[in-house]
Amino acid sequence: MTSATPVSAPAETTAPPAPERHVGAAPAPAGRGSARRRELGACGVLMTPFFVLMVTVFLIPVATAVRLSFFSDDQPGLGFGPERTVFAGLRNYTAVVTDPTFLGGLGIVALYCLIYIPLMVAGALALALLLDSGVVRLRGTAQLALFLPHAVPGIIAALIWLYLYTPGISPVIEVLGKADITVDFLGVHTVLPSIVNIALWSNLGYNMVVFYAALQAVPREVIEASVVDGAGPVRTALQVKAPLVRSSIVMVAMFTLIFALQLFTEPMLLSQSTPMINSRFSPSMYIYDAAFTRNNYGLAAAASVVLLLCTVALSYGVTRWTNRAAAAEEGAR
Amino acid sequence: MSTSTASRTASPLRPRLLGRSVVNLVVGVSVLYTLLPVLWLVLASTKNRDALFSSNVLSLTDFSFVRNLTDLFAMDGGLYGRWYGNSLLYAVLGAALGALVSIACGYAFDKYRFAHKEKLFGLVLAAVMVPQTVLALPLYLMASAAGLVNTFWAVFIPVLFNPFGVYLGRIFSQGYVPDEVLEAARMDGAGELAAYFRVALRMLGPGLVTVFLFQLTAIWNNFFLPMVMLSDQDLYPVSLGLYSWNSSASVSPEYYPVVIMGSLLAVVPLILAFALLQRFWRSGLTAGAVK
Repeated sequence: MTSATPVSAPAETTAPPAPERHVGAAPAPAGRGSARRRELGACGVLMTPFFVLMVTVFLIPVATAVRLSFFSDDQPGLGFGPERTVFAGLRNYTAVVTDPTFLGGLGIVALYCLIYIPLMVAGALALALLLDSGVVRLRGTAQLALFLPHAVPGIIAALIWLYLYTPGISPVIEVLGKADITVDFLGVHTVLPSIVNIALWSNLGYNMVVFYAALQAVPREVIEASVVDGAGPVRTALQVKAPLVRSSIVMVAMFTLIFALQLFTEPMLLSQSTPMINSRFSPSMYIYDAAFTRNNYGLAAAASVVLLLCTVALSYGVTRWTNRAAAAEEGAR
Repeated sequence: MSTSTASRTASPLRPRLLGRSVVNLVVGVSVLYTLLPVLWLVLASTKNRDALFSSNVLSLTDFSFVRNLTDLFAMDGGLYGRWYGNSLLYAVLGAALGALVSIACGYAFDKYRFAHKEKLFGLVLAAVMVPQTVLALPLYLMASAAGLVNTFWAVFIPVLFNPFGVYLGRIFSQGYVPDEVLEAARMDGAGELAAYFRVALRMLGPGLVTVFLFQLTAIWNNFFLPMVMLSDQDLYPVSLGLYSWNSSASVSPEYYPVVIMGSLLAVVPLILAFALLQRFWRSGLTAGAVK
């Protein structure tokens, strides 16, 4: 998300700013003052509901998570109460970052991101470029079909694929079996690719639509110019169109990253059917397990703060990196 | 794609045809990839338990769609109907209210000036990054202190918060509500709030629908928060309900057909919403993607 801000910032600042607004309304200085007060009043009324929500369901919880991470329950399992908790300093953090199951979970999510994000971005962009090339038949229908999985809730997508991974139910395994191929989709090495597949299936079409919308906004003259210059359709797509939608690419990559780091629903459902996924498979599952199975709130809070810091650091890194790449390209021109 | 490049240099006409078929083939295969699992769900919902496990999805011999449907709504005393109602209530009401709140805030961010506005906006955007798992435990503790754990409100209130909706609201307000129109409303003596509710909100219609749809999808998909907050099965949304039924299915296989049928029905509302409101969310996505 932060990626979208710098990208959109120029547009916001160049948009006609407010000063001219008052010219006709209130010529007298006194009237101007009261108009300003009324504006601020209205602004406050329109913003209050959102910020009340933001404070109660976002700011206070984040602060609480940070505070909890520095405390520990001296009688774990007896519930939450300030009188029972003691200041623990960084003890919870040490416990989290030295816990091999947590580190294992982080490793799994890192691997998941490394497989999933490039596949997702490249796949969605390639499909959008193909659809934008103008040679695809039934383009509207194809787009709707590709978008369809977005309307399938995540847990249901996981359910459908779980059944498609289950021997005995799955027609996929049956067909492969007839060709003498046996695949255990929920085995040691296949379970992560299987999860990647579920996420890819769910979100590919949605991101394709985002890219397609951005491609449609590319001025046609730019593309005509590149065709006149003798670039073939593939070169036009990769060297002219793709760089022009870079802000969308960054946005999609960023959102994909943020959601990928929260990996929870799919492994949680698959864990019902495969021993390859334990209850602390991903950091989010670790947090859930620490908080609601082991009732160790301090540990859960410390783990969630670590996850949050990872997310912020990675998002910041991606933003910096893409900004620098953009600046380098500007300089090269 | 790369094959079409390689061959294009040879002769002008045939490679182009080849390129076209390769492009159509790639898109066609992708469409099959996205469609077939849904098609499997539809076919599987017509199967009874034995046919389901015989893997022969395509045979139409034992067609038990209606039986599965009645089984679904009879299972565990009609629990599925309750879950469905709960999901609709959480999602439709939550998305409508959430969209109104976010759009109003985004509009105010666009049209009014005040100190530290951009910093505040940055904070709102940063909220998008924070994982739900980070908020869940504190929210649970807060809800339990307020006596709201295991109630409708414990799930309903947190899902109203939609920082991305504020971002979209600001962009839509820039694009759809010209300052001149507000100026004209002010000249006519309309107050600031009247100008928003009578003039601007109408122009923000497509944006409102887009944010509504985004949030509808998010709430309908919501799984983590209900799992943390709810223990009473009567309050479950469909997602959590099917999850719990699926975990029973490994012990008692009679749950399989109803989980499949339940999944199929759970897909319907979002598809309907996307199909009916297509005109709006397409323009909305464009606004979100291009800016």
